Amino acid sequence: MLEPPTAIRLRNVVKRYGPVTAVAGLDLDLPTGTCVGLLGPNGAGKSTTMKLLTAQAVADEGSLEVLGHILPRDSKPARAEMGVVPQLDNLDTTLTVEQNLLVFAYLYRVPKRERHAAIERALDIANLRERRGAKVDELSGGMRRRLLIARALVHEPRLLLLDEPTVGLDPQVRQELWALIDRLRSEGVSILMSTHYIEEAQRLADTVTVMAKGRAVAVGRPGDLVLEHAGQEALEVYGPPARLREVEADARGRGWATRRTGTSVTILRAERLDGDAPHGERRPANLEDVFVLLTGEEVA
Amino acid sequence: MRRGRRRQVGRLDREALAGVLVREVVNFSSYWRSTTFSSTVEPTIYLLAFGFGFGSIVSTVAGLNYVEFVGTGTVATAVLFSSVFPAMFGTFVKYKFQRTYDAILAAPVDTEELVTGEALWMAARAGTYGCVPLLVAMVFGLDPSPGMLTVPLIAFLTGLGWSAFGILIAAVMNSIENFNYVTSIVITPLFLVAGTYFPISGLPEWAQVAAQFNPLYHCVQLVRGAVFGFEGWVDVYHLAVIVGFGLVAWRAAINRMQRKLID
Repeated sequence: MLEPPTAIRLRNVVKRYGPVTAVAGLDLDLPTGTCVGLLGPNGAGKSTTMKLLTAQAVADEGSLEVLGHILPRDSKPARAEMGVVPQLDNLDTTLTVEQNLLVFAYLYRVPKRERHAAIERALDIANLRERRGAKVDELSGGMRRRLLIARALVHEPRLLLLDEPTVGLDPQVRQELWALIDRLRSEGVSILMSTHYIEEAQRLADTVTVMAKGRAVAVGRPGDLVLEHAGQEALEVYGPPARLREVEADARGRGWATRRTGTSVTILRAERLDGDAPHGERRPANLEDVFVLLTGEEVA
Repeated sequence: MRRGRRRQVGRLDREALAGVLVREVVNFSSYWRSTTFSSTVEPTIYLLAFGFGFGSIVSTVAGLNYVEFVGTGTVATAVLFSSVFPAMFGTFVKYKFQRTYDAILAAPVDTEELVTGEALWMAARAGTYGCVPLLVAMVFGLDPSPGMLTVPLIAFLTGLGWSAFGILIAAVMNSIENFNYVTSIVITPLFLVAGTYFPISGLPEWAQVAAQFNPLYHCVQLVRGAVFGFEGWVDVYHLAVIVGFGLVAWRAAINRMQRKLID
């Protein structure tokens, strides 16, 4: 079967909830076999976009195509070919690891003769072979999250939707999951991942779509976006609040782009600064600078 | 190459229904003891309380031994309790707190299939638990009859309607506390004015007319018909009301769940 060149293609998608416009004319492309990071602050429309892709929300305007299927009309065959990892854990907590996978093997119509192998494979993905008989209630947060991902892969989907896959997890668990997601991408699974963790997007995504107020405000490779919007270097100037205000006013007067980072003022494109720049620490510009610049939001 | 199955998917897919049912069956393996306990013990207590309580005052009702009267009537109580309450509370918990339905609808399962699968499962349970009072009554002297073999089917059909009704209530209500209104205003009166514990012929005329709109009354009548001998067209009428109630509740439940689950 011919793979469509884009796994997801959204054009001018609008979704309103009463007076609130959650998605306001979104364009989004996910080239087959790549990982696209949907980066944005809370309320930017990431979760609504995810819901639109499984037809759990229906767009008011625009066109949506998933794996060659037109949504919402043909959402069911599209859903059969994709896996979804929700932000909120909705495993059956009184069931065992294996029973959770079994149920989803049925829901995703894995044929009878392949069911056993599919469950074993998912157990390997989750690295939970030894805990197969354990109730979900008995698992750690990281194990539950791995099971949630493996559950979405039981039918070998071509497309995986990950909604904030590592939110609320320890750093080491997060890195473990990154390795898993990276492995899936290298195996050719197309991945759409929403996140508000900058580092996650920077490490995993081939291209990043920065969302703010329901729109895509920037699209590109993480490195390109940094260079384009924040330059090569940033200068962090630390000091008491009064000093920071002074630095900000001074920078504005000279036409330098700045952002506030809590305890410091960051002057962007520091590589262009002349000798009389304030004293501070220089560091490479990063995606967080772009994020804050474009969305006007601080990152926690 | 990943699997490129592109199978025909339509409405009320067998495979989608199977998925929903398998989930329920696997879950049932972890809680069947408590459910079976309450679904059997509750109607048995009603049966014993009324059977011995009233049975000591009245020996026959509507030409039947009172234990036989109550034993057959309590089938409807068992069906009601084992379908409408799990449907109301279970559905609400699954979509609101456990977010199970989010996971199911992200799979190739539509709301119509989800609601239908859930209702079928609860109806199957009601069909089984509905037979318990009959078995208990047999211990206390109810004679077996071949018509009794249709009781599981009657209980199943009635259970289907009440399960769908429960799902509908869960879809309409915004909080689980509001279920109290439905229980007090709808379920308790219907449960009492169904001819289970006393014949409706002793009630004022308006209540007798109202009972005609009570699917539970028709279930009671049909079960008595099954056990003591069907009476022809009147039983077809009882069956028609049960089926009609089921159809209306089923479609309404799908409609309201769709609104609740799909933005």
